Parts: sequence; structure tokens; C-alpha cells
Amino acid sequence: MDELLKLLKNNAKESPETLAKLLRTTPAEISGRIAGYEAAGIIQGYQTVINEDKLEDGPVTAAIEVRLTAEREGGFNRIAERISRFPEVRSAYLMSGGYDLLLFVSGKTLNEVASFVSEKLSPLHGVVGTATHFMLKTYKRNDVLMSNPDENERPPISA
Amino acid sequence: MKTNAPQSLRSRIAAHVRDIPRSGIRDFFDIVSTRDDVISLGVGEPDFVTPWHIREAAISALEQGVTSYTSNLGLLSLRKEISSYVQGLTGVEYRPENEILVTVGVSEAMDLAIRALIEPGDEVLYHEPCYVSYGPVITFAHGVPVIVETSVENGFRLTRQQLEAKVTDRTKLLVLNFPTNPTGAVLSREETEEIAAFAVEHDLIVLTDEIYGELSYDRKHVSILEIPGMKERTIYLHGFSKAWAMTGFRLGFCCAPPELTEAMMKIHQYTMLCAPILSQRAALEALKNPAEDITEMRESYAVRRNYMHGAFAEMGIDCFMPGGAFYMFPTIGKFGMSSYDFAMKLLEAENVAVVPGTAFGACGEGSVRCCYATSLDDVKEAMSRIARFVARLS
Repeated sequence: MDELLKLLKNNAKESPETLAKLLRTTPAEISGRIAGYEAAGIIQGYQTVINEDKLEDGPVTAAIEVRLTAEREGGFNRIAERISRFPEVRSAYLMSGGYDLLLFVSGKTLNEVASFVSEKLSPLHGVVGTATHFMLKTYKRNDVLMSNPDENERPPISA
Repeated sequence: MKTNAPQSLRSRIAAHVRDIPRSGIRDFFDIVSTRDDVISLGVGEPDFVTPWHIREAAISALEQGVTSYTSNLGLLSLRKEISSYVQGLTGVEYRPENEILVTVGVSEAMDLAIRALIEPGDEVLYHEPCYVSYGPVITFAHGVPVIVETSVENGFRLTRQQLEAKVTDRTKLLVLNFPTNPTGAVLSREETEEIAAFAVEHDLIVLTDEIYGELSYDRKHVSILEIPGMKERTIYLHGFSKAWAMTGFRLGFCCAPPELTEAMMKIHQYTMLCAPILSQRAALEALKNPAEDITEMRESYAVRRNYMHGAFAEMGIDCFMPGGAFYMFPTIGKFGMSSYDFAMKLLEAENVAVVPGTAFGACGEGSVRCCYATSLDDVKEAMSRIARFVARLS
């Protein structure tokens, strides 16, 4: 991965001025390259990594395995894209193995997620079966450890 | 009242130990330690924690009850991995059976090499500014430290001309450290060849501390080992502290011709017995998967180096662009105060710790050492505080 993308992946809020200094170039050059990545769809957006466990009104999230029937034209794409459009679905991946689609679905309450599965997902033509696993605690998200236990006793001055 | 304590303990301390002044780093450490919320550019180690797969190997070894001594030379499996790693790095092959010794950090290896070779009065050439231990370790062995001063004007390089001016018929050993702590200086192949030719002509043993060998940014580091004919007269020191962020594991090694390895091993076996087995097991894991860890860390240091260098330039402070290690050695002489005063005033005014250049030898006067193996946020904050500090000085 390009050094600029690595730096942005680590901290999307880094300013063009800082990035320019880190990469020995100019802020204008940095802004231009970022615009290029955005235009090419390599940079899809900028998000904040939130530890939702710490929110009082944080959502309930479930990983849902979905088994599908493939269609003669297009395989799983049409039905997978249709499912992905539900706002409750935060991520969706086509998988190899015992099921076809892995969804991460969030709702305000356990009931809300349960009704999404029973009322919206399961009745869809092409959905053969589902298995819902509620997530209990997040340890790591998007490469970021949610706890920070590394208390380091590195001395402030050393040779 | 009569006590059982001997009279004047200080006078009982061996003169050559007593007369070595306390390390400037320790003095400064004591002052920094009394303050809260200091942003420190004063460290001499990576800000990374040891990569997880290496820590996991140490944990796993502990779980399996791997708690014994090892062979004096170190685990044979580790020496085999070291052999192929060093060959990959330098093209030079060492036999794991009798040419590689695993030590407690490069510091121990340095001490062993000097004690194994130096007799009272033998002279040892080394270049300053340098790591704090070289002079004292030579003195502990009753050798004579002979300093070759390098300067920012020639990029802290070491030249044959400078060496010729200091060599005598008592000179036995030449100590090299490139990339250099504290300056970040590196040598080109041509410059290294010149030094090799000097060592051959004067029949010197070369002791090369290449702990920062992997941390070379603009081009691949050239070891003096790579110069034909040098393996026979070189003791190559390396370790896991810097490139793998394993300082606390205390693990280094030396590669040398069998006679020299045997001599160093003699001292090591009676004073240390062997390096800790858990650290050796961790090092074994480090060498099995080295490239990825090192590349990532090096890239991260390289961008922070750029940032710090750019920030000093904006402040109007001359700063040699280091080619390796993770230190910057900016020139602060124009502010009309000593390195020590600059570091103290900066600490008092802005709570930023840097190390006075004189901690690394008298010719470090006029500079301070700033380590960029510090989180980017801290580097940014430290540089803006230094900018504020020097703006008030000019």
C-alpha cells in the first residue's frame, strides 16, 4: 500500500501540512493525491472508530450467517446486493464454506435485530436459512484494539 | 564508636573504575524523572512493543516449561538462524558451531570482545560522538581509548585521513558503529572500503557494532564485513533490540573467527553462563519471520524522520539528515549556550526532554540528540514546543 494511504488509514484526520512534512513533499501535492484516490474510488470515505460498548445507548449487533439459493444469471449478486441495501446491515460478505453470506446487523435492541431477521431477511425469496449470533463484547475493530492495557515503563531518557 | 565498616569505601574502589565520571545520561535522567508530563525525545529504544508473534513465542516457551540453561554459545537452532540471517544481510557465512556467540545484548558482546583482546596499554580507536559505553568499557579492560572526532561538517563520517592521524604501533582495535547512535550517520561502500584498507594496512582487528544495520533509510546499509578480506579480522556485533523492538529481552550476538569466538566464549561462560533461554526462543521466532516486522517499523521511522527534519528546518536550525538509526542531532550552537544548558532550559520552559550532545563525547558539544522513535503525536507536540522555545531565544 502507498505510504500516504497507510498514514491516512492510521489517522484520517492527519492534515495535508503534516502529511507533506512526513512524506517530504508539499501540502498541495498531498491534497491532489488524496483527491485522485477519492476519484478512483480507492478512498471510499472517512469514518471514526467508535467503541460502541462504551455508549450507554450503544447498538446490539449480530453476526448472521445466511444460506442462499443461487440464480441462473448472476449467482448470488442480485440477492446479496438487495440484502445489503437494508440500513440495518452494516457489513455484508460473500463467504466460502458452510453458508453463503455473512452479515453484521445492528439494532437498538435485541428484539429489533430479531424482528429484522424474522420479518425482513428470512421471508426474502432466495434466502434458504439463517443463523444469528449476537456479539457480546468487542476486543478489536478495524485494526484498533478497544482496550489499551499496554502500560509501558520505558524510561524517559536512555542511551 | 567503632564500627565494622571499612574505612573510606571510596578509596577501596579500583582507581580505573572510580575515575570514570558518572554518565551524563544518568544525571539528566534523574532530573527528567522528577517532572511530570514530560514529552521525551530522550529515549534510545523503539516506541514499538515487540511484535506479537515474538511475544507469543516467549509465552509459549514459558508454558512448555522451557526454563533451563542453554549451551554457553546459545541454542544451536538460534545460531543456525543467525548464520543464515547474517549471510542474507552481508553475504558472509559463519559456522553456527564455533563462529557465533549469543550474548546478553550487544553491550555484553562489546565488553567480551574488548576484554578478550585488550591488554593493559593497548590502544583502541573509535569515533565520537558515539554510544556512551565504548570509552568506559575500554578503560575497564585497562585499554587506552583513542577518540577520533567526527563533525557535522562532513556528515559525521569517518575517513582514513582522520584514522591515520591517530593510529600508533600500540593500536590493536578499531571500533565502528554505523549507522551511528547518536548522529544517524552512515557510510557509503567507498568510504567503508577506505576504512577496511586502513585496518588491513595497520593489521587491526575491527569491532563493528551494527545494531542499527536494518534501520538505514535511503539505501541499504553496507557492512564492513562485505568488503573482501575483512571477515578474517572482524568481530561483527548485532542484536534484536532495535530492528525487532526487543530491548527488554536483552539479546545480542557476535560473529567472529573461531579463535576469537572461543576467547569471548571463555569470558562469557564464566561470567554470564548463557543468555536467557526465553529471550533466545523469542529471537528464534523473530528470525523466522523478520522482513515484515522490520519493513513496517522502518517505514514508520522514516516518515517521522522526515517530519522532524522538516520541523527543524522551519525553525532555522541546521540539522544533519540522518541516513540511519532513529536519532537526529541538530546543531544548536548558534543560541550561545552549551548543549547541557539548552537541554535544561528546554526542559524547564517547555517540558521537552532531549539529550545533551556531550553525553556522547566532548565533540557532541553544540548539538542535542532527539529520538524520533516516539509517537507521531508526541513528535509533533515536541517540535511545536521546541519551535516556541527557540523563537524566544532568537
